[in-house]
Amino acid sequence: MRKSSLMVLATVATLFIVSWIFKGIALEDIYESNYLQGFLLTFSAFLTLSIMSFLYKDNPFYKFSEHLFVGVSAAYAMVVGFWTTIVGNLVPRLSESLSNFFQIPYQEGTYNFFYYLPVIFGLMLLMRLSKKHGWMSRIPLAFIIGTTAGLNFIGYLRSDFTNQIAATFIPLLGAAGEWKGIGDFFSNLSLSAGGQLVMMLSNWVIFLGVFCGLIYFFFSREHTGLFGKASRVGIWILMITFGASFGYTVMGRISLLVGRITFLFKDWLGIIS
Amino acid sequence: MRRNIPLAVTFVVGMLLIVSVFLPPIETIGEDFGVFFSIIAVFAFFLGGGNLIKVHFGKIMKKSNDWEFSLVTVVGFFAMLIIGLFKIGAPGDISTSVTAEGSYFQEMFVYLINPLQSTMYALLAFFVASASYRAFRAKNREATILLVAAFIILLGRTPLGMMLTGWIPESFSIFQVPNLAVWIMNSPNLAGQRAIMIGISLGVVAMSLRLILGIERTYLGGDDKG
Repeated sequence: MRKSSLMVLATVATLFIVSWIFKGIALEDIYESNYLQGFLLTFSAFLTLSIMSFLYKDNPFYKFSEHLFVGVSAAYAMVVGFWTTIVGNLVPRLSESLSNFFQIPYQEGTYNFFYYLPVIFGLMLLMRLSKKHGWMSRIPLAFIIGTTAGLNFIGYLRSDFTNQIAATFIPLLGAAGEWKGIGDFFSNLSLSAGGQLVMMLSNWVIFLGVFCGLIYFFFSREHTGLFGKASRVGIWILMITFGASFGYTVMGRISLLVGRITFLFKDWLGIIS
Repeated sequence: MRRNIPLAVTFVVGMLLIVSVFLPPIETIGEDFGVFFSIIAVFAFFLGGGNLIKVHFGKIMKKSNDWEFSLVTVVGFFAMLIIGLFKIGAPGDISTSVTAEGSYFQEMFVYLINPLQSTMYALLAFFVASASYRAFRAKNREATILLVAAFIILLGRTPLGMMLTGWIPESFSIFQVPNLAVWIMNSPNLAGQRAIMIGISLGVVAMSLRLILGIERTYLGGDDKG
């Protein structure tokens, strides 16, 4: 290890210990185990700053946090899966004695023996780790693929195809709500129930937008003439959609960033109240 | 045989789920298979964990590049696993939820996973900003539309949007930036999303059929016969 790296490591370690002690003292009146809480908060801040250090360049602190994240996340998923699905859903259907051990109500049923099937499939899936018997994992994988395909076939056809088409056929002429005269129709440009022109325009935008968007996705015919013009409108509608999605994503990420900065300045450093 | 049995399983399971919609006596099969699926998914998590340890243990044993960080992964993994599986430090008895407030497992989630996860995602704000600066210059009409839509949404979700256009009278309130943002989300954005959803659903249906009928076999991996 180079001397400069050692210096950085020593500085970070010192700052960590100083922060831990100060945080522990600051939390004395709030928690019984104030030094443990101080350690957890300091470690949390250290991890936050380590990840942010990637903005400068890849470095050992980032790698440490990244590797720690991979390890704990994998274990977290396994533990939650074990307690909620295996213990919560499987054990009560298979074994009364195991249900008593885990202190959960046993569910008596006629077809409970079918639930041995996912256990067998699950164990076969673990065979993937063996070179010799790895082929056995294809059978549970085939079950997963078959289930996903079967459920998606119906689910997507219902909710994302027929339901979306049905929802697109909306009134294009005439306004919703009570008719208040031509003057009110053109003068009230609000999103409220009174803004009937806006509502009607919205319906047109939705109907034509979906129609033109679908035309853009239709590649069996050349996009020329009127068809091409409709396809061009479809592109505009899709661009608005991507712009809106982009705006939303940025907002989401920024709010996460604000959350982390608030944690650093409020919970850790205590600079802002 | 090693390929035909999985193909038959996919076909039978897929067809059974589709047919179950039309046959009331077996219509609950979808729910049961859903539970089966989630149980197998847990074993898939175990498989993932096992594979992770296998890979990182190999790195540690061989002392390959950055093996010290693999040690961090392994230690973190086992610490979280042992604390979670044995409910160490959990309040109450074995029936208490593993994610109960105050349990060591939940503390580790709050002080380890949560900051790591949210900072990782927050980091994307910087990369998105830098990428959008390069990509969203109003070079043509389409890029301009995208830019304007994103700008209105961003402005409409902040107090600045109201500050700038709050003076517009109620009868023309559609032109207030926050309302315009709502309108964009509920009308043109909805239309675009719907067109995309319909397109995706056709793709999913076609792919599901290819899988069930055994035309698509790439998920079976290698080409060993038998």
